[in-house]
Amino acid sequence: MKQTARIISIYASDTAGVCSMLYELGGMTIVHDASGCNSTYSTHDEPRWYQHDSMIYISALTETDAILGNDARLVDDIVRAAEEMKPRFLALCGSPMPMMIGTDFDALATELEQKTGLPVFGLHTNGMNSYLNGASQALCAYLKRFCIEVPKEKKSVNIIGATPLDFSLNGSVGSIRSWLKDNGYQVVSCMAMGSSPEEISRAGKASVNLVISSCGLAAAEYLKKRFGAPWVSGVPYGKSFSAQLLNALELAEKTGICQSPHAARTGTKKVAVVGESVTASSFAAALETDCGLSVRVLCPQALQPSILADCDSLIDCEDSMAAAFAEADVVFADPLFEPVCPRGTIFIRHPHEAFSGRCFSGEIRNFVCRELKREMFSL
Amino acid sequence: MLKKLTPHQDMSGAEIKIKDAVFPSPFETGLEFSAPARGPWNIVHTGMLIPESHQIFACARGCLRGVILTAAEMNAMNRMSWVSLEENDLFSGKMESDLEESCAHILEQMPGKPKAVLLFISCVHLFAGFDFTIVLEHLQERFPQIDFIDCYMHPTMRKSGLTPDQLMRQQLFAPLKPLPENKTAVAILGNDRPADPESFLCNTLKNNGLQLYDITLCKDYEEYRKIGESSLMIATYPPAKAGAEHLAKRMNRKFFYFPISYSYAENAGNQKKLIDLLGLPSVDPEEQIKKAEEALANAKSVIGDMAIEIDYTSTPRPLGLARLLLEHGFNVKRVYADVFIGEEKEDFEYLKANFPELILTATVHVKMRFSGKGIRTEEPILAIGQKAAYFSGTGKFVNIVAGGGAHGFEGIVRMCEWMIEAFQNEKNTPEVIKLKGLGCESCLL
Repeated sequence: MKQTARIISIYASDTAGVCSMLYELGGMTIVHDASGCNSTYSTHDEPRWYQHDSMIYISALTETDAILGNDARLVDDIVRAAEEMKPRFLALCGSPMPMMIGTDFDALATELEQKTGLPVFGLHTNGMNSYLNGASQALCAYLKRFCIEVPKEKKSVNIIGATPLDFSLNGSVGSIRSWLKDNGYQVVSCMAMGSSPEEISRAGKASVNLVISSCGLAAAEYLKKRFGAPWVSGVPYGKSFSAQLLNALELAEKTGICQSPHAARTGTKKVAVVGESVTASSFAAALETDCGLSVRVLCPQALQPSILADCDSLIDCEDSMAAAFAEADVVFADPLFEPVCPRGTIFIRHPHEAFSGRCFSGEIRNFVCRELKREMFSL
Repeated sequence: MLKKLTPHQDMSGAEIKIKDAVFPSPFETGLEFSAPARGPWNIVHTGMLIPESHQIFACARGCLRGVILTAAEMNAMNRMSWVSLEENDLFSGKMESDLEESCAHILEQMPGKPKAVLLFISCVHLFAGFDFTIVLEHLQERFPQIDFIDCYMHPTMRKSGLTPDQLMRQQLFAPLKPLPENKTAVAILGNDRPADPESFLCNTLKNNGLQLYDITLCKDYEEYRKIGESSLMIATYPPAKAGAEHLAKRMNRKFFYFPISYSYAENAGNQKKLIDLLGLPSVDPEEQIKKAEEALANAKSVIGDMAIEIDYTSTPRPLGLARLLLEHGFNVKRVYADVFIGEEKEDFEYLKANFPELILTATVHVKMRFSGKGIRTEEPILAIGQKAAYFSGTGKFVNIVAGGGAHGFEGIVRMCEWMIEAFQNEKNTPEVIKLKGLGCESCLL
């Protein structure tokens, strides 16, 4: 049954995606919410809390404000906080109640921009959509506002779509950077982990963009349209697939045509990987090329199904996931999916922070450029 | 590339000396920050106290995320299900029937049926005019062997009537039916953890052959239902008071509020009231006061003049505790709270008059994002409570929430023991306070 789960977890929401994408960029992110979004985000969705300061707040919406449509208090509170905290920008996003009462975030952004003199983004979230949606919106809004015109340089690249929700803090993003540098690429920026706002503002310098999760696709499309750089989606997991991805980067830069090499699979239902479309699909490609497994992706949420292979499936509920697991001999998925995996199917723990938060973050392995072998998974 | 982007150390607006503060809300409201101190229980932890129960949350993904992972971290996903609310649902005209069918689907899939289901709806349901009653009635008809409990995750209403926490502690006892009154049975209602067995309250019941019912000690649903035979219903934790009183009234039983307190006079007075209610011989509190005084003197001799900071999550009466400690020569510098409960008014006025330099500090103010983590560690600090530990950046802290189960004069002795332990044994604060629901099982351990 859709929207219903007896025992599995749920993926992070759009508001968490906004907060996660903007976390390191020096702004102030305000979730228009009564209570809960902030503690859920800081507890389960944000492992950088102690290492890196950021201004993530809620508006503390009350029943009275909601009934009376009292946006003035929200505006006053944000203006006062902005004066005290001096952020680089303001990002305002909504939870379910503002959607219910029809809060106009674009209008609020305009008003706040006039009152604070800061760049302000009004983001269209409602706490009902995926983190991918929120992160995607936030990154696009940021780039539209802050990217400057710079000369393009050959063999330079932006990494787009990095958040701990998909990559944890296990060194994967650093490994992707190193892989690019080792192969002669200059990394212009990584959006949005480990790069300064100034570096990201010069994103137009890149000759090609590497999209490492689907929340980076819209931003890559925007950069393509504005600066002409094509994008390649994929994460350099495994030995052989990372080589394929490198070829795709070179091809894209040469031809100007976007590439999704991870989608060139002809998987079967016997081995399944569950997860976000670009990361899971790249992992599936790595298993296929390094281990000789024929793998399909079960994708609980996808922003652009077009980057998935024909053999892959969008799975939108617990029942469908259980049915898909039953067709498989081997399943790679977050441990919180295990209760719906039937006996007889080999379940391989493949934690994903966007699904299980910090429960298994210590188990999340860095597979970037690392040759995958069946023994690694006891296969 | 890890760096502090915008350091802030000017704490004006986020802290105030008590002499300049107003009761009960010393600070201007505004945007809010949430400190990563996760020991205080939430409605999931509290609801799990009903043995053999199952929780179903119906709300938006963003709201579900926090409660589902609360259950996941306490290794209790087998007691948690959800129904996500999406935009179309609000306009479909089928919210009630959809939720009923989703709940039925969940329950039909369960290999063993729970004894009770706590069905939570959210703010959006209330604003949409959701007919919760009809859903519960239909589910009750379809699953007559299950007790369905209406529960609410509606933080938008946190300043309107009972807070979600208070309401949860009330609904915790909603399935109870009045059983024939047992004159020798007494219930302590709504606390997170068992009352200290060494407390006057527990000792009095035990020494006089009275049966104590406490949900935290109930092994199964049958034992939980026996709470309904209690002749006297007691609350000790302020957020539990309204629910306990409600239950006593519903069952036509006596109710007694014996709050956590650090006042000798209040504890002595409440002890007498309890004795009178139970028809027992009077007890002179002199020996208890002597023990409390000895414990305080001992703690002072160990801790000396080390600065002490207290937060509101450690005890519902942080000002009462500050007053007790200050009166006994401790160097209490700061109390963290955003608002005080009405019970603290007298202590607030006393401290204002007698210790006017005591600092009150907000916990949710925007500037508090940049407090803590060593910014103010010029002097060593002993903290009481997780938020005080986080903000002060100390590893010497008393790791309790909601009073820690301590109660009465014996609670004062217990607090002194905890303070000495905290003084002598430094903790890894981030690792300790990140665990949700202090005392619950955690997959992070």
